[in-house]
Amino acid sequence: MNSVNTPSSIRVLDERSDQVWTKGSGKEFVCDKKSAAGSVTQRACAFCGSRVVLYPIADALHIVHGPIGCAVYNWDIRGSLSSGSQLNRNSFSTDLAEKEVIFGGEKKLKASLLELINFYQPKAAFVYSTCIVGLIGDDVGAVCKQVTKETGIDCIPVDSPGFKGTKKSGYQAACEAAYKLVGTGDTNGISKYSINLLGEFNIAGEAWMIRKYYEKIGIQVVSTITGDGRVDDLRRCHGAKLNLVQCSGSMTHLSKLLKDDYGIPMERVSFFGFEDTARAIYAAAEHFGDPELMRRAEELVRDEISKYAPKLKEYKKRLKGKKAALYVGGAFKAFSLVLALRSLGMQTVLAGTQTGSAEDYEQLKEICDPGTVIVDDSNPLELAKFVLEKDVDLFIGGVKERPIAFKLGVAFCDHNHERKIPLAGFEGMVHFAEEVANSACSPIWKYAPRRQAKALRLPEPEPTAPLACEGGAA
Amino acid sequence: MSMCKGNPDTLTTTGEHAEGPLPASATRNACKLCTPLGAAMVFKGIKGCLPFLHGSQGCATYIRRYMISHFREPVDIASSSFSEDDAIFGGARNFAQGVDNVIRQYEPEVIGVATTCLSETIGDNMLGMIKTYQDKHSGDGPPLVHVSTPAYTGTHSDGYYSAIRELLKAFVKPTRITQSRMVNILPAMMSCADLRHLREICALYELDATILPDYSSTLEGGSWDSYHKISPGGTAVEDIAEMATAIATLEIGHTQAVDKKSAGHWLETEHKVRCDSLGWPIGIRLSDQLFAAMATIADRPMPAQLADERGRLIDAYVDAHKYVSGKRAAIFGEPDMVVGLAAFMSEIGIRPVICATGAKVKNWKELLASEIEGGTADVEILSDSDHAKLAAAARELKPDIILGSSKGYPLAREMKIPLVRIGFPIHDRIGAQRMLSVGYRGTLELFDRVANALLEGRQDDSETGYSYL
Repeated sequence: MNSVNTPSSIRVLDERSDQVWTKGSGKEFVCDKKSAAGSVTQRACAFCGSRVVLYPIADALHIVHGPIGCAVYNWDIRGSLSSGSQLNRNSFSTDLAEKEVIFGGEKKLKASLLELINFYQPKAAFVYSTCIVGLIGDDVGAVCKQVTKETGIDCIPVDSPGFKGTKKSGYQAACEAAYKLVGTGDTNGISKYSINLLGEFNIAGEAWMIRKYYEKIGIQVVSTITGDGRVDDLRRCHGAKLNLVQCSGSMTHLSKLLKDDYGIPMERVSFFGFEDTARAIYAAAEHFGDPELMRRAEELVRDEISKYAPKLKEYKKRLKGKKAALYVGGAFKAFSLVLALRSLGMQTVLAGTQTGSAEDYEQLKEICDPGTVIVDDSNPLELAKFVLEKDVDLFIGGVKERPIAFKLGVAFCDHNHERKIPLAGFEGMVHFAEEVANSACSPIWKYAPRRQAKALRLPEPEPTAPLACEGGAA
Repeated sequence: MSMCKGNPDTLTTTGEHAEGPLPASATRNACKLCTPLGAAMVFKGIKGCLPFLHGSQGCATYIRRYMISHFREPVDIASSSFSEDDAIFGGARNFAQGVDNVIRQYEPEVIGVATTCLSETIGDNMLGMIKTYQDKHSGDGPPLVHVSTPAYTGTHSDGYYSAIRELLKAFVKPTRITQSRMVNILPAMMSCADLRHLREICALYELDATILPDYSSTLEGGSWDSYHKISPGGTAVEDIAEMATAIATLEIGHTQAVDKKSAGHWLETEHKVRCDSLGWPIGIRLSDQLFAAMATIADRPMPAQLADERGRLIDAYVDAHKYVSGKRAAIFGEPDMVVGLAAFMSEIGIRPVICATGAKVKNWKELLASEIEGGTADVEILSDSDHAKLAAAARELKPDIILGSSKGYPLAREMKIPLVRIGFPIHDRIGAQRMLSVGYRGTLELFDRVANALLEGRQDDSETGYSYL
């Protein structure tokens, strides 16, 4: 009864039918909706959104105010690296028990903050509200004020009860919280050619690679707020002359605040793939309008590409013609991945995001090929359905998508924040190709039952080039 | 770039060793997970069951991610996806819509509903909602089982045992029949391999077992030729219904033995099925107890295969005793597993100098004292512990080895001692599902892992790098 043999036996829920779209169908597409109850969304909650965005601020204390669950599931699971302080890797929680749920948790929160601040000497503290705190009426703001007064350390409430919405509402709460520190530091010594990197999480050291690009061409990086972030950098980031915003979902709000209050312009960028990385470097150089910056930028891009392009070529030979599915958090990553896959000779046949906006999807629709299925806030069954229908060779996603691919004998590339391999920048693109090839061209797939069944049904595949996969696309 | 130079729980933001009184109010790096996770794991072990969390969608997503990272299998858990309005006005509408959608998409045979902090705090009446839903659909559709699991009471272990109890209460049918070859097994939170081994042992005693839950296939299945909406396997509801016909129940876990409301005791009180309370069968003594109980129930002597395994285990103890004897271990995790491991450690001459759990366990000291050979005067017994407290104790007592989940790695790294991974979650290694550690055969595997971890440590530290022992 539970087993399905054909993708058509998996139904898309009525409530969700307008969130599933095929390029060329002419149908209307809707997004930015609350997840349907019972749908098994891949999205998380507002708390999760806030926690992941502020997590990389390494010299701040992060304490989760609520029962234990919310804190424990994100203890040191992110791939975001710090060059110094490791305080953020701890999981601190007020771990509310029944009596605090009944009588209030303010006392415990205050004692926790005072003790932790005294012990760890953080530069600031973020206090995350969870569902329960939103309900029992703890005045987190008042506790934060008191502790700030007593310790001299800024304690900042993050208004992130899970029921407030998806990760996206959590991003907004995180931006509001981070913004409380902005404008409180000295901006002396900031160059006229200076940027902040927003929404770059320094997974496996990516922000360090990207920072080097800009420094090499003569642009100062004032703050990398969400990747190897520091409280003092955040305090003075309003002195930068341009904001480059990656992960469009998480940090757009902060960049808007910085634009409105300090007049700092913003550019949306991405560092996945040669094309987008080059574009991101040129964008900053062009913005400052100094021909010397542009000359150095061109030189850097030329050097990097000539160094890494030949390696990519080898991978392309092996990957050409394969079909990919991708399901990621934000839309900007999806655009870059479609382009990056195309540059490897692969076609994206299924693309989706947890929290893309209408504007994002317009762009995604444009760059995808006809016939591509686009899904918003999808669920495991839908993803499995389209993996089967589109006969996908590779899935790009996170931990929750991995078993869908693997169970069906489909290759997988982890592009989430837990990963340990840098995929950004020019060098990262080679890692990406290697990651994809290592999975997609593994000889193990020929033993997977679904691949075997497929091999029996289909005519022999075309003769493969010497470097092509053994059994990969069988 | 300078990277982590110690355990993050002791370093200030400038990388200095943090000083001053240890923070006591906050939980630092919890040594427990939340109650709904335990319930969800049990529901994953029921045939055709889809777990459903009544609360914010983050709860389901977090738990799914944790379970997937350990088991590496699809773990679909539905949520009623509370919004701000639902938190104010109640989640009845979302619950009904959620259940409708789960039925439409998954066609489940049963839906396991666990509550969350949120729905418990606003006082949603789960039983009422379930009744309303079922009345509206005139009883059609899959049965809904409900377990109350607010995370502010208890830990994932409590959620696990509660879900087992609620499943029994929901499905067991009264009967006058007793099937003499039928036995119930209520395992604790064991690995898939452990569950499979328990079934195999029953077969050797010619017993037919209902194991509740049994996620040995649902959370460790084969590669698929088509997609399964719900992973195949699990204990069938019809089999749960017949559990009152069993000749006895083997209930595993010291905490359950002393809990008069435990699932096994409930079956005994309500349905007159004898309950044999047993420890987590790791080591010779605790495994002997399990097999003795089996032998009595089955009225059979120990099968030759098991007697052989016992012999090999003792021989392995002898071969390697000198490498483990006199060593000191820190153990942490689910209470019942910790008791089992402590018994095993003391049995092979390793002092379990730290026994820690994140749960608040009544009589924790007595439970451990009943199983640790040589008394507990030298044992740091931590209940309601977190990893920071465990680490502080370890810095004092300097164990040679740690036994517990992946979450012990920062401490193992700091102290340059091995971590033998056991329990949940193991998400920095492959194969957590199939780590066997119960019975003679499981103990042997675990024993080899412990002995080899100690040998490897010594070899790595040696000046010469010898390759012969």
